[in-house]
Amino acid sequence: MDTKKFLMSICDASGVAGYEEEAAGLIKSAFAEAGCETSIDKLGNVIALKKGRGKFKVAFFAHMDEIGLVVINLDKNGFIRFSQIGGYDQRTLLGQEVIIHGREKVYGVIGIKPPHLTPSGDAMKSVKMSDMLIDTGYGEEKLKELVNVGDIITIKRKTIELKGDVVSGKAIDDRGCVAVMFECLKNLKDFNHDADIYFVSTTREEVGSQGAIVAAYGIEPDIGVALDVDFAKTPELKPTRTCEMGKGTVIQMGPNIHPKVFELFKNAAKDNGIPYQVDVMTTGQSGTDARVVQISREGVASGLLGLPLKYMHTSVECVAMKDVTNMGKLMSAMIMGLNGKDLEEQLCL
Amino acid sequence: MSVDRTALIKKLTDANGLPGDEGEIRNIIRTELEGHTDSIITDRLGNLIVTKNSGRPGLHIGLSAHMDEVGMAVLRINEAGLLTIGTFGVDPRLLPSKIVSIGKDKVKGVIGTKPVHMTKPDERERAIDLDALYIDIGASTKEEAEKSVSLGDFVYFDSEFVEFGERKIKAKALDDRLGCAVMIEILKSDVKTPITAIFCSQEEVGLRGSAVAANRAHVDVYINLEGTVSADMPSTDAHERVTVLGKGPALSLIDRTSVYLKEYINKIVAAAEENGIPYQYRATGAGGTDAANYHVAHGGTPVIGLATPCRYLHSPVSVCDLRDYENTVKLVRAFIQKYGNSARAES
Repeated sequence: MDTKKFLMSICDASGVAGYEEEAAGLIKSAFAEAGCETSIDKLGNVIALKKGRGKFKVAFFAHMDEIGLVVINLDKNGFIRFSQIGGYDQRTLLGQEVIIHGREKVYGVIGIKPPHLTPSGDAMKSVKMSDMLIDTGYGEEKLKELVNVGDIITIKRKTIELKGDVVSGKAIDDRGCVAVMFECLKNLKDFNHDADIYFVSTTREEVGSQGAIVAAYGIEPDIGVALDVDFAKTPELKPTRTCEMGKGTVIQMGPNIHPKVFELFKNAAKDNGIPYQVDVMTTGQSGTDARVVQISREGVASGLLGLPLKYMHTSVECVAMKDVTNMGKLMSAMIMGLNGKDLEEQLCL
Repeated sequence: MSVDRTALIKKLTDANGLPGDEGEIRNIIRTELEGHTDSIITDRLGNLIVTKNSGRPGLHIGLSAHMDEVGMAVLRINEAGLLTIGTFGVDPRLLPSKIVSIGKDKVKGVIGTKPVHMTKPDERERAIDLDALYIDIGASTKEEAEKSVSLGDFVYFDSEFVEFGERKIKAKALDDRLGCAVMIEILKSDVKTPITAIFCSQEEVGLRGSAVAANRAHVDVYINLEGTVSADMPSTDAHERVTVLGKGPALSLIDRTSVYLKEYINKIVAAAEENGIPYQYRATGAGGTDAANYHVAHGGTPVIGLATPCRYLHSPVSVCDLRDYENTVKLVRAFIQKYGNSARAES
């Protein structure tokens, strides 16, 4: 399957943290069709294994869960009050179409008070999420049959293509990196390698990476690399806190990263002419799966690669396909670069 | 009938027509009305003026609805290939995290926002200033963007017609493509009285199309058809709801630009009650419509204001109840049947 098509199809699917089944099903079958042994563990992680010569294990972790909303109250006349799972900016929710995953999929919209009921001062304020309502178009009784408190809600968004081979939609954080793993797998299709490679689509990253904790424990990798989206530059952001979209993978460095893994990726990029950027985590631990992978069991040589993404945690996140392709290349180059080498020597601090 | 009806509303609302850019809507209406009219003209302002049953005896009825909708336009293209925007009637708070369609080629773009991770809590309590929002079409330079879009291109929300809930529909531009749809249904029916139907341009920017259409048309009474505000959400106090979905078409008594003639309000109420058609009064004095221009035209012409209630008016996700729309069509037909044969002098 074409990687872009794969990416667009998994982003259209729903998979809020803790409720990843729909996305997981698509991801599992795509990796299985591409020749991997696939399994799903107790926390819902999809683990796809591409066997090598079995000398050591390299695991990549990209989270397939997305942020979402949840029903907290059925109000009068078929309206729903909601809260969130993971973090939205409430200002991105007005006027959105949503799917409530109740007994069946129920369509709704997040409305807005009409201008005549909006005092002029209010137009300068954002509407609080706690004041927003989802309109389902059903009466109270019928809605009670279809929807319960605790049901998950996703923004209804069909992934689109923009100019410059940019793809836009929801959940590209972090299914963009699931697509990167798929791309890497395709690059390695006709090659053998010393490493057994685990492509893990993790659950629950947006609420604390519980998926990756369990997956890393189960796999016991020698090298564990988290793949996650990174803030791409837009006019309102500080250049010191952003990367550039279209300029290649962000290889992260900092205490959360094994310095030799950092070097392995940097050298793989240089040796193979693959574009990359370097960024430094100024926090001791990353907000990604790398945080939990590094301290799994007796310690894992950890890495973190960033895929540049604009408008993170909105339903119009943007990624450049050439960054997806280049990140896949970087990963396969790093894997092939380990062939014939002594892993202990490579990772010795 | 119901299938045709929703297909017609879908066709009209999925199409784009900002003030001054109503061509797509005119073309749909012209095609729909082929073979059902005496004449169709487009005037200098882009109004589409249609006559039917000209010269026949009976009350000459004027129908009017506006074709234009609210939206945005490309204001500047910056060095990074991003487009800043101006709005016509859209609350800028609706812009973040939306897909838009730009210009005649319908180039897709997105309006993103700063990642929530990089915002401060007090910042999230404030609306984002319109000048701080922009459209990203995927271009990375000004030159690249200019290959696809130009200054002044009109910008539309990407929002398709959806049927949902209990006979609800969601679309952009229900205000006032619903009015256009009512008129198309009446013009395609077997109605016998003379009708002049005005599909107006530029209502949303100051009732400008009807200002000239009112001078061209000569009728005995107008029915101005609108999509109007409903704020019947549980968060709104009962007295502020204006109209309630499912309670039938809303009759105007008074608004910002017209005080409606009591005699004609009584007439349409009589038509509704005799035919068991539900109706409600539009309970606000806010908002202005094209009725403003008709009721002072040619030394004064009676106007009836009739509207289908819509939630979230002027947003990409306006919602109405199809039963209210159906009852609006019924009520217009009932009015024409009841009064259409009366002599002109009587009115």
